[in-house]
Amino acid sequence: MPFIPHTEKDVHAMLESIGIRSINELFDEIPPELLIDQLPAIPKALNEMQIARLMKDRAKQDENTLCFIGAGAYEHHIPAAVWDIAGRVEYMTAYTPYQPEASQGELQLLYEYQTMMASLTGMDASNASLYDGASAVAEAILMAIRSNRQCQSKRVVIPTTLNPLYRKAIQAIVSKQSVELIEIPFDEKTGRITVEAIDKIVNQEFAALVIPQPNFFGLLGDVDALTDWAHQRQALAIAVVNPMTLALLKEPGLWGEKGADIACGEAQPFGIPLSSGGPYLGFLCCKNEYIRQMPGRIVGQTTDADGKIGYILTLQAREQHIRRSKATSNICSNQGLMAVAATIYLSLLGPKGLKRVAAASHQKTMLLAEKATKLKGVEVLFHGHYFHEIVLQLPQPAEPIIQEMACYQIAPGLALGEFYPGMDNALLVCCTETKTEEDINKYIECLKQALKNKAIKK
Amino acid sequence: MSELIFEQSQPNRSAPTQMPVDFLSDRAIDLPESSLRTTKPLLPEVSELQVVRHYTNLSKQLFSVDTHFYPLGSCTMKYNPHIMHQLASLPGFLNRHPLSSEEHGQGFLACLFELQEILKAVTGMAGVSLTPMAGAQGEFAGISMIRQYHQSRHDDGRTEIIVPDAAHGTNPASASMCGYTIKEIPTLESGDLDLDALKKAVGPQTAGIMLTNPSTLGVFERRIKEVAEIVHNAGGLLYYDGANLNAILGKVRPGDMNFDVMHINLHKTFGTPHGGGGPGAGPVAVNKRLLPFLPVPYVEKVDEDYRWVTDKTATQSIGQLSAFMGNAGILLRAYVYTRLLGAEGMTRVAEFACLNSNYMKKRFEQLGFKIDLPERRASHEFIISMKDQADAYHVTAMDYAKRLLDYGYHAPTVYFPLIVPECMLIEPTETETKETLDEFIDTMAKIKQEAMTNPELVQKAPHTTSLKRLDAVKAARELNLVYTPVV
Repeated sequence: MPFIPHTEKDVHAMLESIGIRSINELFDEIPPELLIDQLPAIPKALNEMQIARLMKDRAKQDENTLCFIGAGAYEHHIPAAVWDIAGRVEYMTAYTPYQPEASQGELQLLYEYQTMMASLTGMDASNASLYDGASAVAEAILMAIRSNRQCQSKRVVIPTTLNPLYRKAIQAIVSKQSVELIEIPFDEKTGRITVEAIDKIVNQEFAALVIPQPNFFGLLGDVDALTDWAHQRQALAIAVVNPMTLALLKEPGLWGEKGADIACGEAQPFGIPLSSGGPYLGFLCCKNEYIRQMPGRIVGQTTDADGKIGYILTLQAREQHIRRSKATSNICSNQGLMAVAATIYLSLLGPKGLKRVAAASHQKTMLLAEKATKLKGVEVLFHGHYFHEIVLQLPQPAEPIIQEMACYQIAPGLALGEFYPGMDNALLVCCTETKTEEDINKYIECLKQALKNKAIKK
Repeated sequence: MSELIFEQSQPNRSAPTQMPVDFLSDRAIDLPESSLRTTKPLLPEVSELQVVRHYTNLSKQLFSVDTHFYPLGSCTMKYNPHIMHQLASLPGFLNRHPLSSEEHGQGFLACLFELQEILKAVTGMAGVSLTPMAGAQGEFAGISMIRQYHQSRHDDGRTEIIVPDAAHGTNPASASMCGYTIKEIPTLESGDLDLDALKKAVGPQTAGIMLTNPSTLGVFERRIKEVAEIVHNAGGLLYYDGANLNAILGKVRPGDMNFDVMHINLHKTFGTPHGGGGPGAGPVAVNKRLLPFLPVPYVEKVDEDYRWVTDKTATQSIGQLSAFMGNAGILLRAYVYTRLLGAEGMTRVAEFACLNSNYMKKRFEQLGFKIDLPERRASHEFIISMKDQADAYHVTAMDYAKRLLDYGYHAPTVYFPLIVPECMLIEPTETETKETLDEFIDTMAKIKQEAMTNPELVQKAPHTTSLKRLDAVKAARELNLVYTPVV
């Protein structure tokens, strides 16, 4: 019996203690018509060797692609020590540290995680993680509405340059609480939103403005002006950032005159594998005045009965297991293990290493763009400052080119037409430090060939 | 307590092997000054060995299923087979980008499709979506579907969700996130729902009810079909909180109990690790009438190919709840678990989880502990009330919990369900041996003796952990959430 240790002798002894004759009697309170004899449509058990074979065959089908897709999930090098340690059984198989005396290791680590994330974003505090980037932005929006006492409105302004997949998830999560999302289109020439444009569109009161940096196209915006504009309109500024870029880019806490109020996003780039989309690591940081409206678990420092320093889950009165329907969020489990990996990753890289990773990723993306635009008909779509991701405008639709390049085992980027009508020729491309100059050259060669093949077929 | 990693930091120390080669160093970063960072983030400057030693040592200050018996009620801390991690970490799975093509992911999609089918079979439901990233997100998805269902019928007056007072806190919180008001109904002494109160509570304002069965009190709701009839007749739907599915896996199916929608905690019933608080996964299962509303993406099989179903074709879907595909890696682990168990193995889960629980309950009774619901058969968990001891010797359930740590046990859940005073909720799971249960029971008896003869020993526990009891009030009053270096 898989994972059940009972011998026949055990079973007899236990049944005798209970005072029953068979295990089935344990279910005698269940109306008999509800009991089933056997489960249909479930395959017979495999042993470990058999399932290993099956999974290895399946995993092999999905191997061997040189990936240049970013769009919210980034392939960075993961140091061996990250998962050797994060994968230790103690971190892997513990529960939420509700018994602090039995969980100091996890709690201290999360306190270190909170410190690192708050410092990277330039904020005062961080929670101990949320599910993923998209749900973190949704939670940040709800938090901003609760926090903004100067405004009764449940309106939030979101530029369409925020990751479209995030916008879908946000819609699904916040719309049930009658939150109204005002979507601001981007300028077709610059791929960005400006204060002048947004000021004309938004006439009503609103609770918060969402500011992605870099935006979905990889472009840097004027975050200082946008933050100040939100504050002038009595709204909160929510920064959505790739935390990897914050090794080089200005931290949201210093945007504009007062700084953004909340910073959130996806911390998957910190040592977490692509893994088809999850598990990833949503993060949420904020300024002091909003801490009590922050959702999710938070670790605080305290002392024990002997006055020694220790760590404990704190401000639990915000959470569902205490406040029930009045809680700041329904979130219960989070992404603790991913926070463990991210903390180890950041410790191994340090400030210098992280900066190098961000810089190398950016430079390689620029190199790729430089080489690609030498091909006939290929241009950079928007002009402006890109960081670590860029939009290439191809002379023909991007989707067939992606399929063509798949034959060379290259995933060349994301076709933007699916998300932005009229942008069928646009390809969102990303390099990280993992790509060599040879990889980039191979990309260019294959792109050239694909453009040629498709052009002939036309 | 251990030194923080920041306190070990020295300027300009680093782990050079982890640095990317300074690619194109002559190429300056071509970005405007105003967009750049000018301060160094507070990250430690330490060697690789320092990092490894620090976090390995921290891991040793942590109770876990692999190191300790962990009878945490309502959390199903069963053994997490190691092969799950190894197989989910195969390079083909680990390195696949979520926006890669379907062609380049047939292996992954095949696992997800088969997991959907297996979960349909064990729940007796018509459709499954695996995307919710936790039980609470599954609840949110389920209640969103109930909402969308009523809206699609233009049945707009339904503003209330009914929740029993014994329910998990996530139930009312999730319903509230879906824009509903909560109506709480009481539980009878027997642990069953108060049907008279339910009859009075339902009406044209009822959108649905959220139930756990067996309930958080560890007993099976015997009149579940009557409950379903009352709610359905009022036009409401039934939500099944899958937190306690381990108690009935392969024995009774929520679909057969006439539930309309449910979530499954893969990190409880399907053996995926809890990870110190996550990641988990909370797939949702629905009956026929809610099929159009399932969250996207999910997987369909067309001839021999596996394809994503997205909002392009599932136009009535409640939408997507994550950027990509939920906690994909956890889904792979759960898939491996279901294949290792097979149909028979799943039925045995419920049988042996309940055997272990009822055995412990009986032995505790014999030792003079007060079982909260003595009349009834326990399910996979049961409640002891320490109220008598607390009154007589001022030794509380929390004191017992802390003293257990001294003996090398993780404490059971304390003070939940909220309606039972001084309670401990104990869930042994099916993967523990009789010897482990016996040793735990003997230890509890020993603590009971200590409480009578030397109450202070128990009140001041733990004594053997790296720290004594921590001051929660101070933590909340003098908030210190990040380290500030001493300058």
